[in-house]
Amino acid sequence: MVAMLLFILKSMENNQIIKEVSIEHGKVLINQSEFFTGETSDLGPFLKSLYKQLNLKYNKYFKMDHLSKLGFLASEVLLLNEGIANETDEVAIILANASSSLHTDVKYQESIADIPSPSVFVYTLPNIVIGEISIRNKFYGEHMFFVQPSYNKEELLDYTTCLFNSTPCKYAIVGWVEVNRNGDYSAKLMLCQNKK
Amino acid sequence: MVRVAAHNIISPLGCTSQENFDKVVAGQSGIALRKKGELSDTDFQAALLNMEVLKDKISGIANAEAYTKLEQLCILSLNEVLDGVDVKSERTGFIFSTTKGNITEITNNPHAVDALLATTANKIANYFGFKSSPQVISNACISGLAAFVIGRRYIDAGKYDNVIILGADILSKFIVSGFQSFQSLSPEPCKPFDANRDGLTLGEGVASVVLSKADNTNKACVEVVSGAISNDANHISGPSRTGEGLYRAITRTVGANEEVDCICAHGTATPYNDDMESHAISRAGYETIPVSGLKGYFGHTLGAAGVIESIISILAMQNNVVIGTKGTVEQGVVAPVNVTKENIQKPVNGLLKLMSGFGGCNAAVYFKKHGE
Repeated sequence: MVAMLLFILKSMENNQIIKEVSIEHGKVLINQSEFFTGETSDLGPFLKSLYKQLNLKYNKYFKMDHLSKLGFLASEVLLLNEGIANETDEVAIILANASSSLHTDVKYQESIADIPSPSVFVYTLPNIVIGEISIRNKFYGEHMFFVQPSYNKEELLDYTTCLFNSTPCKYAIVGWVEVNRNGDYSAKLMLCQNKK
Repeated sequence: MVRVAAHNIISPLGCTSQENFDKVVAGQSGIALRKKGELSDTDFQAALLNMEVLKDKISGIANAEAYTKLEQLCILSLNEVLDGVDVKSERTGFIFSTTKGNITEITNNPHAVDALLATTANKIANYFGFKSSPQVISNACISGLAAFVIGRRYIDAGKYDNVIILGADILSKFIVSGFQSFQSLSPEPCKPFDANRDGLTLGEGVASVVLSKADNTNKACVEVVSGAISNDANHISGPSRTGEGLYRAITRTVGANEEVDCICAHGTATPYNDDMESHAISRAGYETIPVSGLKGYFGHTLGAAGVIESIISILAMQNNVVIGTKGTVEQGVVAPVNVTKENIQKPVNGLLKLMSGFGGCNAAVYFKKHGE
């Protein structure tokens, strides 16, 4: 018990949350303040309107599945105006969700009887969204995709602190990117800074 | 320091680590030609588990019918490593690595609860009465090796004294058809690093490891010294042409004063993967270090691969052997590396294990042998 408490206290020291982004029910919040509200909260059209709002020109976006699009756009909002350098090992990406890639898994499962599509199959792994964010920003650093029963923010921050204490990471994108089998979605990302 | 305290492998080659290791050293493979059927519309090569052999053991699981095939296999494997581990302590962590878990559950019911990876992990954790909540890693083909990296970090940071690692994946039409759609399955058993390699062979397996905090370095053991995870930042389904991400993972893993006596590569036997690895290995300055690949024995066991191949590597260190790469006849990769075709008897005190996967992910772990 004492060891656990010491671990938690030690954990608090170096890891500072400098920005938070939330995307749910058609609304994007930055640090709890409204940033964008879509005309509809339905996942597909909402993502489209957010992409337009951000004035992005990124062709790879259109090949992504919904989970990757959601995580990608949330990371774009999170990194907006933060001036974090590209081409680096110093930004970690630690994400989690409950449904893994099940939204796309069901779509792929339905395609097996016809002609299975490699471009759908590749998105039947939840960590692909990390790959997409890494490609966009040229982040070569530490990353991991965890699956949790529900969003366990403390567990992810615990692990991020371990990373900050034992690797050269200066920043970490940490949080939840979930699209369930019904298309219900939620993204909650934090930008953490290593204060070591 | 963090040491490997116990381990188990259930694969087509056997139900204990030792049995698997002995068969590997003897050059046996679990890969065979499978007739078309439930898993594939055409004949295909694969290393499939023989459930008949495991029937008696499975019937020994309390309330066995409440668990899926994958969960039963996980319980059998963990049963073999948990003696003397206080699973009911909050100082014992549990990491479950898998890519697709119980994905077959969605075949008839897209909303099946058992398809959720956290449900699977919780069922297994509850069977043994783990106190800490399980952590599921689903990071494509590096998942199993990533569990060593993360487990070591947790123990190092003081969060846990023991971390149980479980890696598991079984084959389904979902997985087989996906790799077929990529045209990445070889018509023959895979040939890692060979000039005529033409794709990977899939396999099934479940493996467990106990990592423990150790203060006494005098005792004979294998230490998990360090590890790193990196991204290619290049392509989601193709490895970097230059091995950029893997090179970075290696350089962040192996300290300047550490000796690497052997490298256990990912070696899937796809043309691009093995070329990529050869670049990363030679860029890191290991052109002459013996490289082993184990996919010719087990096939590619996905989320279990990093755990199975690490256990075989640990036993190879303890038995002073560099394992020959089954399937390699004539080395044929773009960059200079030293792929081992036959077993070589020699001391292996430091070993580097590598894995890479979809999403551009790479992992490296450095193991070191202590004492005799």
